[in-house]
Amino acid sequence: MKKSVFTGLYILIAILIVLPFVIPNAFYMDLAIRMAINAVIVLGLNLLIGFAGQISLGHAGFLGIGAYASAVLPTHFGWHPLLAMGAGAAATGLLAALVARPIFKLKGHYLAMATLGLGIIINIAIRNEAQWTGGPDGMPVPSLGLFGFDLTSDKHWYWVVALLLSISVWASLNLIDSPFGRALRALHGSEVASQVVGVDIVRYKVAIFVLSAVFASLMGSVTAHYVGFVTPNLADFFHSIELVTMVVIGGMASVYGSIVGAVLLTALPQALATFEGWETVAFGAILMLCMIFMPKGLVPTLAAKFGKGE
Amino acid sequence: MLAQFLQFLFSGVTVGATYALAALGFTLIYNASNVINFAQGEFIMLGGMLAVFFTMSGLPLPVALALAIIVPAIVGVLVEKLAIEPVKGAETVTLIIITIGASLVIRGLVQVWLGKNTHSLPAFSGDEPIHILGATLLPQSLWVLGVTALVVIALWYFFNRTLQGKAMLATSFNRTAAELVGINTSWVLFMSFAMSAALGALGGILVTPITLTSYDVGIMLGLKGFVAAVVGGLGNGLGAVVGGLLVGVLEAMGAGYISSSYKDAIPFVLILFILFFMPRGLFGGKSTDRV
Repeated sequence: MKKSVFTGLYILIAILIVLPFVIPNAFYMDLAIRMAINAVIVLGLNLLIGFAGQISLGHAGFLGIGAYASAVLPTHFGWHPLLAMGAGAAATGLLAALVARPIFKLKGHYLAMATLGLGIIINIAIRNEAQWTGGPDGMPVPSLGLFGFDLTSDKHWYWVVALLLSISVWASLNLIDSPFGRALRALHGSEVASQVVGVDIVRYKVAIFVLSAVFASLMGSVTAHYVGFVTPNLADFFHSIELVTMVVIGGMASVYGSIVGAVLLTALPQALATFEGWETVAFGAILMLCMIFMPKGLVPTLAAKFGKGE
Repeated sequence: MLAQFLQFLFSGVTVGATYALAALGFTLIYNASNVINFAQGEFIMLGGMLAVFFTMSGLPLPVALALAIIVPAIVGVLVEKLAIEPVKGAETVTLIIITIGASLVIRGLVQVWLGKNTHSLPAFSGDEPIHILGATLLPQSLWVLGVTALVVIALWYFFNRTLQGKAMLATSFNRTAAELVGINTSWVLFMSFAMSAALGALGGILVTPITLTSYDVGIMLGLKGFVAAVVGGLGNGLGAVVGGLLVGVLEAMGAGYISSSYKDAIPFVLILFILFFMPRGLFGGKSTDRV
């Protein structure tokens, strides 16, 4: 079991190494980078949704905090980009912890409601504080200097995000198998039962929520520096939904499912662009069909079909 | 001072009535199936847009309005039959994604067929404002409030005095027990989607002469309806109505006295406070967890 889990990681790393040599042009390079960034966010979110069984409909808000920290702090206050990124992550973690404590005493729909509200408030604040954030038009982000050279070319960015993705997968696999991960899964199975065997459920839920929010914030910063521009759309409700959809379509509680979900849903809008005006309909229809016929998500469904567990 | 306060109150109560109808829709479906229907907002949009479309195509107003309620009800039933029933007992997040998918399909189709323009309906009985203590009230607001009040009374009668209504209530308390005494629970599910879509559409039609409509108004209206339902205690009919009015009034007061650009944030700030301090909403009962 353990062996096969890490085999997947080796295959992923092999693919990541080979990929830049087979990618034909800059367009696909950009797509690959965005897929990898989304995959890291989705890994974090899947820990929350898939393993702890909690829903967040406001994760794009956390992403927005990270992205705008990286845009606003260096531009208006002259902070070093890495410091700004850290500050964004710290602020996100603090906010998530502050909100999570009372919220996680609730269940199900109330939690979805609270995270949804939080995400929308963050988005509205970004849109309205135009003197800092550029309002609905967004603002440019200074480039990220690392160890003496500026990260600008797509090639460099690719290796950075590929490294981040590999580390995140490795970390997630280890986390799931740790006592912390086991506690999370127990919690998903039955909260009452896990409480009885001594799992402090509120503390664990808060911890995983904060962790996934910080993941999102950090990757928001990475996105901001990579794209070089941020707009409030990064933090809107629809983006939160897209992230949750990536988790669910790929497969809840599946590390590799997270990557598959991120890859598919990042590519989907590109593929649908040919439908001219029908994109929204097609996107919605695909969501519904996937959920109706594969409610467990792609990877777990296929894994079950071919008779080998992940 | 008083005039200004009254003015905000009038506009808040008017919009709040729409939220209340949407919240009742959420409540109906939640009680019948434990599903939070994220497509609820699209029924509000559909009602308004179809009313505009049918009146523009020359149908007399009463016929156009009736069609603008019936068509969304049919759409609601289709969503239930095609997307919700096949996945009975699925996880909450799966159901949420399905209803979001449905909302995207509805919004996308309206965008393709009726375009991205903003539309308005003529007010039902003129635009001559009524003056009350220095504030003005549009006749359309009276329509909104009057019809909402009628609907609430009709729903109360339906759930308390008719066999069908009682069957729906029984199902929401305990599905298995309801089935055991011979209640057709899939009929209940069917009815709850039809009714909540019709309620949403009705709200959308009534408020369109005041707030205008376009293909994308459903998201915010739906989310605020959801806030209203949670404020009142999810699953509680009276709570949904009070929650809707409360959200509408606070939003209007906030827009008037604090900041109009943060108007849309106010319901969500409210909901966070309510969840922190009274996690079951204003009228929600206590619940216990089964092992």
